[in-house]
Amino acid sequence: MTVNEQLSVSSSPHIVTKNDTRRVMLDVLIALLPAVVASAIFYGWRALVLTAVCVLACNLFEFGFTKLTRRPTTIFDLSASVTGVLLSQNLSATFPIWMAVVGCFFAIVVVKQLFGGIGKNFANPAIAARIMLFLCFATEMNSFAVLKEGKLVSEATPFTLSLTGAEPLPYWKMFLGFHAGAIGETCSLALLIGLVYLLVRRVITWHIPVSFVGTVALLSLCCGADPLEQVLSGGLLIGAIFMATDYVTSPASPLGKLIFGVGCGAITTLIRLAGHTEGVSYAILMMNLLCPYIDKLTIRRPIGAPKPPKPEKKAKEETAK
Amino acid sequence: MSGVHVPHRKNTAGNAPTRMPPPALVTIPLSMGIGAPSTPIVQPGEKVFLGQKIAEPGGFVSAAIFASVSGTVKKTETYRDVFGRVVSALVIESDGEMAPDPSLSPVSVSSAKELADAARACGLVGLGGAGFPTSVKLAADPAKVDYVLLNGAECEPYITSDTRTMLDRTEELVAGMKLLRDLYSASVVVGIERNKPEAIKKIRDAIAGETGLSVRVLPGSYPQGGEKVLIFNCTGRVVGEGKLPLDVGCIVLNVSTTVELMKYLATGMPLVERCLTVDGSAVAKPQNVIVPIGTRMQDVFDYCGGFLSEPGKILYGGPMMGIPVPDASFPVMKTTNAIVALNERDAILPDPTPCIRCGKCANTCPLHLTPFAIGDAVKKKDAGELAKLKVMLCMECGCCSFICPAHRPLVQQNKLGKAILKAAAPPKGGK
Repeated sequence: MTVNEQLSVSSSPHIVTKNDTRRVMLDVLIALLPAVVASAIFYGWRALVLTAVCVLACNLFEFGFTKLTRRPTTIFDLSASVTGVLLSQNLSATFPIWMAVVGCFFAIVVVKQLFGGIGKNFANPAIAARIMLFLCFATEMNSFAVLKEGKLVSEATPFTLSLTGAEPLPYWKMFLGFHAGAIGETCSLALLIGLVYLLVRRVITWHIPVSFVGTVALLSLCCGADPLEQVLSGGLLIGAIFMATDYVTSPASPLGKLIFGVGCGAITTLIRLAGHTEGVSYAILMMNLLCPYIDKLTIRRPIGAPKPPKPEKKAKEETAK
Repeated sequence: MSGVHVPHRKNTAGNAPTRMPPPALVTIPLSMGIGAPSTPIVQPGEKVFLGQKIAEPGGFVSAAIFASVSGTVKKTETYRDVFGRVVSALVIESDGEMAPDPSLSPVSVSSAKELADAARACGLVGLGGAGFPTSVKLAADPAKVDYVLLNGAECEPYITSDTRTMLDRTEELVAGMKLLRDLYSASVVVGIERNKPEAIKKIRDAIAGETGLSVRVLPGSYPQGGEKVLIFNCTGRVVGEGKLPLDVGCIVLNVSTTVELMKYLATGMPLVERCLTVDGSAVAKPQNVIVPIGTRMQDVFDYCGGFLSEPGKILYGGPMMGIPVPDASFPVMKTTNAIVALNERDAILPDPTPCIRCGKCANTCPLHLTPFAIGDAVKKKDAGELAKLKVMLCMECGCCSFICPAHRPLVQQNKLGKAILKAAAPPKGGK
């Protein structure tokens, strides 16, 4: 028997899905498109400039870092673009450009690349950068504006308003996004369209968004806050749909996802109601850090594997030793 | 059990197989499945008839081998097979007559033991791909057998040979079902996916009014043909780690295996030929063909109109679990249910990119394994962790590698994991 050098020999399977990382990231970008359009409607060209700058900066930092470390560049998998869009949607329309670039640097270089690049980051880069910007530039991050007669006028967000005890906005205004806030987080309608797209394309499953938002609504109700107002205000929807569902920093199994979502919801409500400040990003960051442990605890028992011994028994055995 | 939706590409499902004329020579390996290699009993230069025994089983888990053409034994050849083993093969030059052995005669059986002996006498192995000797399965104590499951699930892309067998040889199949029911006093269930309605209807019509015979309609997803998956979907029983189907009261036979056994009982002709699907992007005329065992793949492709373009990869079996051969001169074996030739473009898979921990591999695994965690353990060569993750359960169906958006070679990594675990824990009685 001879050997034909033209034939390739490899481990099965010999066909693979057409889906790939780039397609996944492209789907996330498409899902974010309604929010970006809404941001342009409510906050004008300045919102689009902010988005464009963040995407450009993230890709530049990604490209530069991979070149510097002589590794194959990963800008074509579009993950840096997703980070750029997400980060920009978390900023106010009046946020200084240079500060946004600093945020991009932190997201891409510090949170993502220094830990090994795509798939290795311990926290969602956009979330971590948003928190860093909050800590460094608190004033700019907390001054929000709305478009009035073609000009950006600073205004309080519904969330801050609710803390002062002022008359709350009507629900439809909050749902459509007619108010001050981070450019991408205000239009709940646009975010929900994105959610439907992600679910239909099977990029994400329902577990995290539903358990996250559900927990916030339920806990708010228990604590006497208006659940609908809590759900529609602040960064809850963009966080639950786009940031908490980041593959790398959320658990893989359905049970793990539910635990993760409930944890995010609980911490968010706690920070919102007890700390009187927006807690979505801190909640996601904290749960990001717990993700490896949740993953470890929720690995599904393979079909055909013997049932694990009961925990009490095991503990007793260990103490006996 | 979950799984994936793979492209079906059942281009040949409408073609009843044609019988290929005998090739000039056949190369019959002495090891064509699970178990010990067979021991040759013919010498070079000896004349052989079609169906004459040329090798005895080399042990309990082994099978006899028969001449698939009439002619002259030329030589014994040694080569490295697709599993990396060095095996011997008998090369027989055909005289073109296909003269059957005159001593062959029909066989009658009246007990399960006699049926197992008949399976051993005709050299039958599982024709679905694994090649486990059928006699070993049938040697089970009938008291322990609740179900005989006939595997009619053909979930791999391209392959339609079992589907054709069910459609074209329904009578033999149903006769086999009745025989198995009576000898093992068990329920006989044929499992067929719902995307083969003609086969389901034909068999259901043929068994109408019979007790103890049934057709189980399976989901259309991949993999339904895996033994463990079939048992779970037909009976709800779970085959544990290191356990056999018989441990849960099941015997699983491929439909083609059953039909070949019935053919032996009726005619006395042992396993000398098989039906296989020839398909793939490089094949000019995809079709089902009945070929003598030991025929070189190149001869089969030539019979099917040759190649459309230079093939980049040639497989024993389908694209999900098939094994690539290093050359088209490799022979068709008892276990070869398909030969697939992919063109150069389809032969190259996309390069792997970093794992993005989407969890799709774990969520599609029919056995609920966690390939991404196995990957971490393989990288660390952590045998303890691999044992905990039950990598040995993996049936290498390929769902995880298929679905992975980063195109990571997860099946290959699981195979590595198994090897690490085996190396770390020597078999019992070792050291």
